[in-house]
Amino acid sequence: MSAAEEPKETAQSHTPRTPPLSAALGAFNTDPSQAAADEVPPPEDGGLDLSLLKKKKKKKKVEGADGDAEDEAAPAEDGGLDLTIKKKKKKAKKVEGTEEDEFTAKLKQLEVKDAEEAEEAAQEEGDMETGTGVWSHQESKTIPYTLLLSRFFTVLSQKNPDHSLSGTKSYKIPPPQCMREGNRKTVFANIADICKRMKRTEEHVTAYLFAELGTNGSVDGSRRLVIKGRFQQKQIENVVRKYIIEYVTCKTCRSPDTELNKGENRLYFITCNNCASRRSVTAIKTGFSAQIGKRKKMQG
Amino acid sequence: MSIENLKTFDPFAEADDDTGDTKKVENHIHIRIQQRNGRKSLTTVTGLPAKFDPGKILTFFRKEFACNGNKVNDEKAGEVIQLQGDQRKKVMDFLVDKKAGLGLNPDNITVHGA
Repeated sequence: MSAAEEPKETAQSHTPRTPPLSAALGAFNTDPSQAAADEVPPPEDGGLDLSLLKKKKKKKKVEGADGDAEDEAAPAEDGGLDLTIKKKKKKAKKVEGTEEDEFTAKLKQLEVKDAEEAEEAAQEEGDMETGTGVWSHQESKTIPYTLLLSRFFTVLSQKNPDHSLSGTKSYKIPPPQCMREGNRKTVFANIADICKRMKRTEEHVTAYLFAELGTNGSVDGSRRLVIKGRFQQKQIENVVRKYIIEYVTCKTCRSPDTELNKGENRLYFITCNNCASRRSVTAIKTGFSAQIGKRKKMQG
Repeated sequence: MSIENLKTFDPFAEADDDTGDTKKVENHIHIRIQQRNGRKSLTTVTGLPAKFDPGKILTFFRKEFACNGNKVNDEKAGEVIQLQGDQRKKVMDFLVDKKAGLGLNPDNITVHGA
């Protein structure tokens, strides 16, 4: 609606140089009703803010009183520009969104599938412990493979929890909680929890984080990590992922059930509790860091 | 005596500490990022092989990535290329690319930072 209104006004301002100008000026100086007659009728639907803008700008320009003809054009252009910028932003967001959307869609599909399977299973399944449905003693129907498999795993987890723990899905680490503290610091709130899950010392994880992110920081009163610099949750998650790959999972059996020990000669060794393999890991190195900021400070 | 000697001397650890480590610095390329004020950042590339001229690589980077950069001679890290902005992915692509780039082994390159 505003788009329809803009060209008309710009045309007015550009082609007949004097008449609308004088009308507008006169309107502001003397007669508000006339101005209302000139301007308000076209933008009845939603042109309110635009007209407001114009009024403000005109008042300012009346004092200056040089490029009056352009005055009317300027706000319209502003409006146009704003729109395009908004559109661009939206597009950019959409591009980001689509990636995520695809991912989430896939996830949802998976979830839906799971849910469907679960429903189907529930219909046929009955209760395997009490022996109802398919599992009843007198039931002669063949039990589908998926049900048998699920039964196997439930029985396994009941009777032998240690064994089922080494499965692939059981290793979960909560996503890092990041908060912005002030403008240029990030708080990594649940580092203690994550370290506990990984069975690693907080110092080691912190050292790795700082080396990877190329910053430094401190630990605050409630054992949260305060990192200098702005970081998003995603970034920290990536670093934690790298840490897990490098310092937590066993390279031979992929099990996360490992221990990090300091061997002799300042080397760190990872011992796997699952397959008893032992390997050395690289020490955390900060590496080269360029100097940022004022040189005077650095020199003394 | 001889057995005790054997116990204290760990040949692998020693090698890793002294010779292996220095070799690694030469062979292994690290691409790092540092945050600056605001949304600005800085990319550093360390450990480029000696057979490449860092100056020429730098001029190529500057032209190709449309960013400024310079090389710094660091005591520990040797020649370091610094680039303005987050150029990690582009640098990585260039180093690995066999046709247009240096064709290095991606196993020898680590990209740091989030």
